[in-house]
Amino acid sequence: MSQARAHLLRPALGLAGVVVLFGVWEGAVRWGWIQSGFLPAPSSLGPAWLDEVRSGAWVQAIRDSLTHYLTGLVAGSVMGTLVGLLCGALPVLDGLLSGIVRVLRPIPGLAWVPFAILWFGLNTAGATFIIAISVFWINFYAAYGAVRAIDPDLYEVAAAFGHGGFWARLRTVVLPAASPGVLDGLRTGIGQAWMSVVAAELFGVPGIGARMMQASSLLATDLVVVYMLTMALLYAVTDTLFMLVRRRLLGWQG
Amino acid sequence: MAPCETGPASPGAVVVRLENIGLSHDHGRSFILRHVDLEIRAGEFVALLGPSGVGKSTLLRVIMGLVPPSEGQVTLHARPAQAHRPAAMVFQDAKLMPWRSVRRNVELGLEGLGLNRAARHARAMAALELVGLADRAERWPRQLSGGQRQRVGVARALTVEPDLLLMDEPFGALDAITRAGLQRELLDIHARRQGTVLFVTHDLDEALLLADRIIILQGHPAGVKGDFMVGPRPHEGAAVQAMAARMKRLIAGEPDPGADAAYWQASEI
Ligand SMILES: Nc1ncnc2c1ncn2[C@@H]1O[C@H](COP(=O)(O)OP(=O)(O)OP(=O)(O)O)[C@@H](O)[C@H]1O
Ligand SMILES: [Mg+2]
Repeated sequence: MSQARAHLLRPALGLAGVVVLFGVWEGAVRWGWIQSGFLPAPSSLGPAWLDEVRSGAWVQAIRDSLTHYLTGLVAGSVMGTLVGLLCGALPVLDGLLSGIVRVLRPIPGLAWVPFAILWFGLNTAGATFIIAISVFWINFYAAYGAVRAIDPDLYEVAAAFGHGGFWARLRTVVLPAASPGVLDGLRTGIGQAWMSVVAAELFGVPGIGARMMQASSLLATDLVVVYMLTMALLYAVTDTLFMLVRRRLLGWQG
Repeated sequence: MAPCETGPASPGAVVVRLENIGLSHDHGRSFILRHVDLEIRAGEFVALLGPSGVGKSTLLRVIMGLVPPSEGQVTLHARPAQAHRPAAMVFQDAKLMPWRSVRRNVELGLEGLGLNRAARHARAMAALELVGLADRAERWPRQLSGGQRQRVGVARALTVEPDLLLMDEPFGALDAITRAGLQRELLDIHARRQGTVLFVTHDLDEALLLADRIIILQGHPAGVKGDFMVGPRPHEGAAVQAMAARMKRLIAGEPDPGADAAYWQASEI
């Protein structure tokens, strides 16, 4: 198979899979294999979505969630990457924090909800906190691992050519060498943060998650699916934007 | 960097002095190098020969100041630094930074020498020209062959115009023709600049071709087991042949027949 065709084949197959899924799904509901109360037919999603857009709730929910998402993502990514890089580069700090990391690491972001409510309340800050925590660990480990995986000979090369101090090493070796790993962590965080958005809003902070909870308590399953697909779309957009930036930054990797 | 006294490097002045160098990776339980004494003078082209794993690369690292010696002292006498570095090293397997273009890899040692961007660019390009890779300047290292990467490593060291150039098997990965071309080029640069070179190889012919002094590193822990002034080039004739035979035995860890004339004669019969 030619490379160009192989290149086109995968997205085409992916699209075909989605079309088949929706087709089977629509058929299953139409022909009564699945009751529409259990699972709304795809054809009913359009009207439900339009109603939601007309009332302004859709845009408002996206706006609220995006605010939580972006602030949580940025805060968690920056903190996680920074602490991860420093721990990777400074053995003393690494040793100092290793015990704390072991204690805190297994606690999932959701477990912090009581404290998020207590410390910040049912508001943007509380939701942001939950999201930031889950993103923090992903980026912490990505950055830490990336620094630890650097070929130590490169430090020797840098030192031999006059880049020997801590800051010079950081600039000429650590940051560029760790960047692929750090960017992979950021990407994982970009996905994980959307999951945390729903979790963080389920408790009543306005946004997509809260709107989904309202819809499900009214048994408006079509609306729940509309918001599921909304999140999938938002994830696809953020991930694609990120990959464009990544490719530009890492041309040397090929 | 090793302790560095600056002063003019007149021909014949000591460029680097090693006094009783010992190196241990396990806090003195075992030594890789021990009791290494060595003086290299300005203008010398010294080849360092020894079996694989004996400690040649380690010795270069110590001289470069990348590893502190466990015992003894390294002193480097260099010109006052101005747009050049006291010492530079060609690493055994190139060790380019994959995120820098070929040219920016060569510029690594020029950063921090007070040169502006244009001057760095010009010097890096001149060095790449010398190793025949000017047309690859804007490629990434991964787009080069192993031998080409090695040549970039040579350019990176040459471009900082070091007083002492340390080369760790720089031409090991090259085909015979490229290797011969670069050997000629290196001799040429050496003759022009009167720099000082310490060149690691395990090829005796390469050492005889390039160097005017050959040092044998041997033993566990390794020490200097032979130090030969091979005199003016070309290195051929009976006297050089005899020296080469001695070097071979020293490298192999056999007793030195040259140290004992009777033994030497007896073994010839
Ligand atoms: N970081 C280290 N820790 C412990 N031992 C080491 C370390 N680096 C090198 N060695 C050991 O030191 C010895 C000398 O290594 P070195 O690389 O200097 O050898 P070499 O003479 O350059 O060999 P070659 O010709 O194969 O390049 C080897 O036995 C090696 O195993
Ligand atoms: Mg070696």
